[in-house]
Amino acid sequence: MSQLIVDGKVTTTDDREILTLEEFLVSSDKSTGVWLDAHEEVETLSDFIGKIPVIALNFPTFADGRAYSSANLLRRHYGFEGELRAIGDVRIDQFEQMARCGFNAFELADGQNAQRAIERMQGFAISYQLTIDRSPLFRQR
Amino acid sequence: MYVYDEIDQKMVDERVAQYRDQTNRFLAGELPADEFQHLRLRNGLYIQRLAPMLRIAVPYGMLSSKQLRKLAHITRKYDRGYAHLTTRQNIQLNWPQLEEVPDILEELASVEMHAIQTSGNCIRNITSDQFAGVAVDEIEDSRPWAEIIRQWSTFHPEFNWLPRKFKIAVTGAEKDRAAVQVHDIGVRISCDAGVTKFEILVGGGLGRTPVIGPVIKQGLDPKHLLTYLEAILRVYNRYGRRDNKYKARIKILVRAMTPEVFAEKVEKEWNSIKDGEATLTQSEIDRVKGHFTVPQYEELEDPVPDIDDRITDNSGFSDWLQQNVKSHKKAGYSIVNLALKATGIPPGDVTDEQLELIADLADKFSFGEVRITHEQNVTLADVPKRDLHSLWLSLVDAELASPNLGLLTDIICCPGGDYCSLANAKSIPVAEAIQRKFDDLDYLHDLGELDLNISGCMNACGHHHVGNIGILGVDKKGQEFYQVSIGGSGYEDATLAKILGPSFAQNEIPEVVQKLVDVHLKNRQGEERFIDTFRRIGIEPFKKSVYAS
Repeated sequence: MSQLIVDGKVTTTDDREILTLEEFLVSSDKSTGVWLDAHEEVETLSDFIGKIPVIALNFPTFADGRAYSSANLLRRHYGFEGELRAIGDVRIDQFEQMARCGFNAFELADGQNAQRAIERMQGFAISYQLTIDRSPLFRQR
Repeated sequence: MYVYDEIDQKMVDERVAQYRDQTNRFLAGELPADEFQHLRLRNGLYIQRLAPMLRIAVPYGMLSSKQLRKLAHITRKYDRGYAHLTTRQNIQLNWPQLEEVPDILEELASVEMHAIQTSGNCIRNITSDQFAGVAVDEIEDSRPWAEIIRQWSTFHPEFNWLPRKFKIAVTGAEKDRAAVQVHDIGVRISCDAGVTKFEILVGGGLGRTPVIGPVIKQGLDPKHLLTYLEAILRVYNRYGRRDNKYKARIKILVRAMTPEVFAEKVEKEWNSIKDGEATLTQSEIDRVKGHFTVPQYEELEDPVPDIDDRITDNSGFSDWLQQNVKSHKKAGYSIVNLALKATGIPPGDVTDEQLELIADLADKFSFGEVRITHEQNVTLADVPKRDLHSLWLSLVDAELASPNLGLLTDIICCPGGDYCSLANAKSIPVAEAIQRKFDDLDYLHDLGELDLNISGCMNACGHHHVGNIGILGVDKKGQEFYQVSIGGSGYEDATLAKILGPSFAQNEIPEVVQKLVDVHLKNRQGEERFIDTFRRIGIEPFKKSVYAS
């Protein structure tokens, strides 16, 4: 099983159900997890945000940045407070960017070192711009 | 100019450590080559034809004399004693060792420099007007806004993996010296009854599909600049094409959606974040503007008889005064341009000794600062008129006094096939052949302003689409050929050049250029520029002359 990091801790146990968007939309139960591929729009979940425990966003490759915008929209625009999980080609050098866009769970791609991933989450000491966990630097200067 | 505080310094220091770690892991085999490629590109390191190439960021082209001396030292210690000025106001090293790049970055960081986001599919160096702050036609200094955008875009976590590279330029003057209409985003500062506003252009660009960017927003209040940019970038990041790298730039998305629909999408996104925490504060705007205050100008006499009387005395000095020295908004001062376009030297190349001399001259004559221009030249922005002659004498000794700014031989030219692995053809030898043919300065002056731009491939780093004469290297069955276009302009009257017809062999190019300028000289009215003659008479007379058997 893939290595999973949730809120900064390594775990491999996860038995929650995560449906594809298609399955989720036709399901009568909206309290399951759902995963979106990079091209699938978070707007489709807008009516169910408060009920969903976990939303996973797929990175088809680490160089495909669409899920960063999806994450920001879910957290900032829709106020999603559940688990936001990065899945797919999730590599440690992108960890900080993912965390700053609101991901709090990471299913690592094969061959990635979980311990080093956790070390990298802190990243830069400050951010110039508004991120999920930081005010823009100019508001502190 | 902008001076780092301890926070800015910490950012670049942390970046050096991060990149060193990435390099070490790559060298140890822990980081796969495909991944390291993306990571090194975000730090300006390309693997070129013969060696790596490191692109160093020069935000909006501003450099201090201290930074110039450090660059000279770096070219000596880690490279071959010269650097190359790029068409986006940056500096490139052609021969660094991959293993030594972290050390180079550490040296750069010690003088508040870096190579952050100088390549890769992210927001690149912010460019601006090389005459910002001193131009006679200025509405407002563009540099504080360029710096505010630079900081916002640095390590932006959401926009580091865009569909394609992303270039932003800012202008605050009547004349557009920053080519904002051919950038992914152009920001134009305007003034409405004493109040600063922005006009936002989006989806311009050169490359394979040249487009003049449409305006999608007018009258934007400055405090909303960053949220509006964020909205544009978010729409692009979500919907820009990723299936084909040649169709991935924002211009393709804007065109596919139409500028109106794109603007609506941006507006909708913007409305949800506008007035939020990312809205600029007046104290931040004031803080950044505080770094670009007027230098300690003296009250000097103007005109200066010893200088002004010599403008028409037909000396080498007067040629240089006429062509390379521009009016300054402060009486008694001038803007001096060093054209790095001496014949036989690749356009934009500068040696370690020249860098040091420019640093010394900047200290002596121009408050210790210089600017790099997108025409690959250097500007000393604040020179007292009374010092122009002694400055000129020093430049002559250093072969930096070419009096050809804005003339046919002031060629914009990419590194081309001599260095670049993307190029289809060489560009430097073409520039040199043209410079050799047109070596009569009086003739060049008579010909007047003429932008000749050369790119070695359709990626268009040499801006050939916006040259009055544009030359593009193409590959025809393994042979290098050159396609010639005419009538382009990269200024406020931005126009894309039209292709003349079938392409030419390399050795035919100087003669083709000769025929084009002959048509201009024969047809021009009064002092008309090449571009104006072209606009009046059209392409046909030029075609006819060039292709007459």
